[in-house]
Amino acid sequence: MGASQTELASFRKEVSAWLDENNPGDPGFLLPQTFMEVGSEQQLDFLREWQYRLWSAGYLGVHWPQEYGGRGMDPAFQTVVDRELRRHRTPITFNVIGLGWAGPLILDIGDEEDKARYIKGILSGEDIWCQGFSEPDYGSDLGSVQTRAVRDGDDYVVNGTKIWTTMGNYARYMILLARTNPDAERRYDGLSFFLSPMQVEGIEARPIRKMTGEYGFTETFFTDARIPASCLIGGEGRGWRVAMQTLQYERGAAAGAAGGLAWVQVNIADMIEAVRPLQRDGQPLLEDPVVRDRLVQLMIQERAIGLAERRGAIQPLNSDYPMSLPLSHKLRLSEYQRRMRQYAMELLGAQGGLYVGDEEVVAGGFWQRAYFNNFATTIGGGTSQIQANIIGEQVLGLPKS
Amino acid sequence: MTADTDRMLISLSEEQAMLLDSAREFCRNRSDITSVRALLDSDAGFYREVWQELVSLGWMGVAIGEAHGGSGLGIGSAVPIAECMGRALLSTPFFSATIAAQALVRGGSEQQQDRVLPGIVEGKIATVALLESEDWGDESVALTATVVGDELQLTGAKIHVADAAVADWFVASVSVEGAARLLLIHADALAPAAISAQVLIDETKRSARVDFTGARVPVANLLPGDFDLVIRDLRLIAALLHAAEATGSAFACLDTTVEYLTTRKQFGRLIGSYQALKHPTVEVLCAVEDARSFIYHAASVIGEGPLEQEAEIACRMAKAQASEALKFAGDRAIQFHGAMGFTYECDAQLYIRRAQWLQQAFGDAYHHRKRLAPLLLD
Repeated sequence: MGASQTELASFRKEVSAWLDENNPGDPGFLLPQTFMEVGSEQQLDFLREWQYRLWSAGYLGVHWPQEYGGRGMDPAFQTVVDRELRRHRTPITFNVIGLGWAGPLILDIGDEEDKARYIKGILSGEDIWCQGFSEPDYGSDLGSVQTRAVRDGDDYVVNGTKIWTTMGNYARYMILLARTNPDAERRYDGLSFFLSPMQVEGIEARPIRKMTGEYGFTETFFTDARIPASCLIGGEGRGWRVAMQTLQYERGAAAGAAGGLAWVQVNIADMIEAVRPLQRDGQPLLEDPVVRDRLVQLMIQERAIGLAERRGAIQPLNSDYPMSLPLSHKLRLSEYQRRMRQYAMELLGAQGGLYVGDEEVVAGGFWQRAYFNNFATTIGGGTSQIQANIIGEQVLGLPKS
Repeated sequence: MTADTDRMLISLSEEQAMLLDSAREFCRNRSDITSVRALLDSDAGFYREVWQELVSLGWMGVAIGEAHGGSGLGIGSAVPIAECMGRALLSTPFFSATIAAQALVRGGSEQQQDRVLPGIVEGKIATVALLESEDWGDESVALTATVVGDELQLTGAKIHVADAAVADWFVASVSVEGAARLLLIHADALAPAAISAQVLIDETKRSARVDFTGARVPVANLLPGDFDLVIRDLRLIAALLHAAEATGSAFACLDTTVEYLTTRKQFGRLIGSYQALKHPTVEVLCAVEDARSFIYHAASVIGEGPLEQEAEIACRMAKAQASEALKFAGDRAIQFHGAMGFTYECDAQLYIRRAQWLQQAFGDAYHHRKRLAPLLLD
């Protein structure tokens, strides 16, 4: 283990050269910008093939153990790969719940059998994983999970409904949070965590049509679904702790995730290049002074987000409100992206009235979809309004709302 | 790769971290709100003993080379000091003298530097006289210097000359035979009553209209440096230092608002619990945090030579962001203090007034964004 700068630099070159050769070009249809947007078999097949090739080449989970499909290297090598994927603007590695949540969890607390059964399929993309935390009436308040799992012999019998299940209709497994003890004194103690199969009688994943017109999520119904008791991980009543543990892998390869690219980065430089050929009042759009000013404002906001990440690492420059930058990152980034993508739509002029599927729509409708789908980030994982409450209360010390 | 790294560079040297620490403590100790208010209707606008103390701490020499008695840490190291002063609303001629010194560092001859810079390190006050109208974007210079033998005879006036009443030296933009130049002028050369104080919206600041008409200055006092280059860098540096001051003031303003929101009750609840107040306050926090990122980014990429494009972008973004952040913080501070906020007694007025002063100083947000556009879009 351990990695020298020289080793990392030469590895970077190798990865970069491989990507120059193997980065798939335009497939002729719109690819998902995030793993939450896989809405057709065509997209799924394409992404599955891409992830398989990336893993076969040895560039996914390079720091995961060799015996389960990794290469047993230092996580720094995977971070190098992830950066190169971004730089080369590759498609996403779509099996995100497996790569970033279930996989590292199984490696951390699963037994030998679990590891042997699940890890390779996660890396190769053969086994798609989904996540069953949210429920229709409770949003992201996990403590209120109502789905029941009742022990019956060698099985648990599950009843309830999960929602916003990403790729629920394609997944082979689900990480499932369910209530095993409704009488627990503290509601968190009544929860358990399962690695549940999806192809079981009594589980129905019904695709939800998004405001974009596309699919990507399901509402997942459990009706007396029997899953083996061996699916329980972390022990009965410890589901809350296990769920919290899965959240910390989000920070990337260094935190244990397999790595890859969960979403396509969209930045203002892309937007400017997309609108550069357009006209306004018979003149190039980018010569309009008001447009120029608005774009500069957005560029300032985008750079501020990048700078905040750098400054966050310099302790003396964070003495006022030490948690301010980390706790506000999601709010700033998602809201900035919303404003930027919304403005892209405005700049498209009459083009902005077209949509995915039209022959003449700019970039296949990329910006239309980019704007609409961005609401997944200002709503999911705690809405911007909840984020503002959290920052107000935990950073500024304002009283609870 | 390099350009990308520069674009996101923020570093803080050990010296700068120590400077930040000691500046913060000094400013907090020497400039509580009572002493700030005690100065509001004074003539000088600052305490001589506080000025002497900060001079003896070496702060006037931070951006002046060791050859002239300074510590040569560079102009980036003036940023933490400026930020701390802004936070404590501490007024001294630090800004005027630091900016004027940069004119000499970047555009002065060796003799001019030898003559003026060691004095500035030891507390002599210098200032710049650049502005003639409301238009910070006006590149023309109306203050005329007519050559008479080996002397220049001046005709014309400048406004917004900070700390003019206490300045020993002025660095003014003048027009000599149709060409714009920078000129070093000693206070003794001014005619009696040449300086008339202006009434400023920010009562912690002091500025004057200075009529240079009749002053005679040796031709040798013309700065030899390339005018366009030096004046551009001078304005960018001044914009950055004012951005740093604005950032500090915006943090202090935010603290004042948060203090009120966590103590004031209405309808039986602390008003900070209402989302209508809480959420905009979080927006203020984010705006101020962004300003802070930009000032330290600019401080990290600004060098001693002529400013590179990345440094120009950083300074302009810093001023654009910090001006807006303080304006927003000040505006919301008044509103959220309710009727109390409408009084002179409430400290919120100090910040909204400062916001209006600093907004215009060395160009407002739009002035800088307009100049960023060709750098970023073309």
